[in-house]
Amino acid sequence: MSRKDPSGGLLISPIRNGTVIDHITAGEALNVLRILGITGSTRECLSIATNVESKRLGRKDIVKIENRELRTEEVDRIALIAPHAKINIIRDLQVVEKKGVEIPRVLRGVVRCPNPGCITNTNEPVESTFEVLDKGLHCLYCDWLIKNDIANHII
Amino acid sequence: MYHIISIHDFERSDLDYLLDRAKEFDTGGYRSRALEDKLAALLFFEPSTRTRMSFATAMARLGGRWISVDSVEASSIVKGETLADTIRVMSNYADAIVLRHPKEGAARLASEFATVPVINAGDGAGQHPSQTLLDLYTIRQSMPIDGIDVGLLGDLRYGRTAHSLALALAHYGVTLHTIAPGGLEMPASITLELREHGMEVVEHADVGEVIRDLDVLYVTRIQRERFPDSASYYNVASSYRITLDLLNGVRDDLMILHPLPRAGEIDSAVDRTPYARYFEQAKNGVPVRMALLHEVMK
Repeated sequence: MSRKDPSGGLLISPIRNGTVIDHITAGEALNVLRILGITGSTRECLSIATNVESKRLGRKDIVKIENRELRTEEVDRIALIAPHAKINIIRDLQVVEKKGVEIPRVLRGVVRCPNPGCITNTNEPVESTFEVLDKGLHCLYCDWLIKNDIANHII
Repeated sequence: MYHIISIHDFERSDLDYLLDRAKEFDTGGYRSRALEDKLAALLFFEPSTRTRMSFATAMARLGGRWISVDSVEASSIVKGETLADTIRVMSNYADAIVLRHPKEGAARLASEFATVPVINAGDGAGQHPSQTLLDLYTIRQSMPIDGIDVGLLGDLRYGRTAHSLALALAHYGVTLHTIAPGGLEMPASITLELREHGMEVVEHADVGEVIRDLDVLYVTRIQRERFPDSASYYNVASSYRITLDLLNGVRDDLMILHPLPRAGEIDSAVDRTPYARYFEQAKNGVPVRMALLHEVMK
């Protein structure tokens, strides 16, 4: 998927249709894929670049997913670990939509509560619900606070 | 619809209002048949003596009636029924639901599925707002809560009553002194939250070093099941037993409170001192729960 261009920079090929996620926090590309449910057994054609030089971020990751356009709720999940990510929707080689990601005030069904005693970790018909605070994610059911390592708790 | 789920949901004015209402019920300022046509469902999926009995007493005192589930074994939960379904059904039977459940957040969930008010009577290691209100009520019977020194002693890590009370006291400019055995200290997230509310929180290693400066000493039970063996439990438990010797030189109006049941944290000789207020505290469960039941069903 990648090739050296004559000037020495590393490029990955443009895609005809799909989504390009640019400006991912360096090192988080694989977590972004995990959040999107894209594993080795799924069928999407992927290009991944990690630790690419970036004027804005220093280093960044890029993910290109062919023939899949990300939905808003998927974008919300990415925002948790890659707050500066830019989502480009590509159709017929053209960028038809470009959007940033925004961490929503409340996350439903996105993060699993780490508290084993929380009612959301049972067979009850409810989704985990967290409010997003400066100090972390606060479970609205059991008051648990997730301060770090958020990627590991994403459903 | 008015649910009573968590002390987090209450402003200072809400707490004061409910405490004022409880006082009216305590001093007889109510109609004895105020809830005559009302039925409360007491759903207790965890053991309880005082909480369940005082809610039942409160209903009876107001002329209301109640139906109850007293254990998981005696309910359809053993058949795999979800709490959500139980709550939907009970909403059609009763005018209010009082719920105790072993899972944290159970009352919040119940409030989402109920079509009648829900009162949280304790959800796992989570919230127990009616206990907190009766704790505040007991303090306020003797002194204004504002600006006093309150010591919290015992299992401050898992003890839900200690967490709820601390959060409520943060509304009153109280200085909080925490005294916990190693490993059972108050979680940093709660201490942080208290300090964000402007509360002064002072940690102490030993109750003896602070007891003479306290207006209220709130003792909680160390849960034996948290310890790997009896020896390590007794080692910790004996480290903060309240005895007559320890009370030398304390303030005349010191109140010793305990949510009960106690398991040796307070020597029974202390019961005969004027500082012991825990039985009065338990008694206050009735007017406080009368106020809550009346408030949600009036």
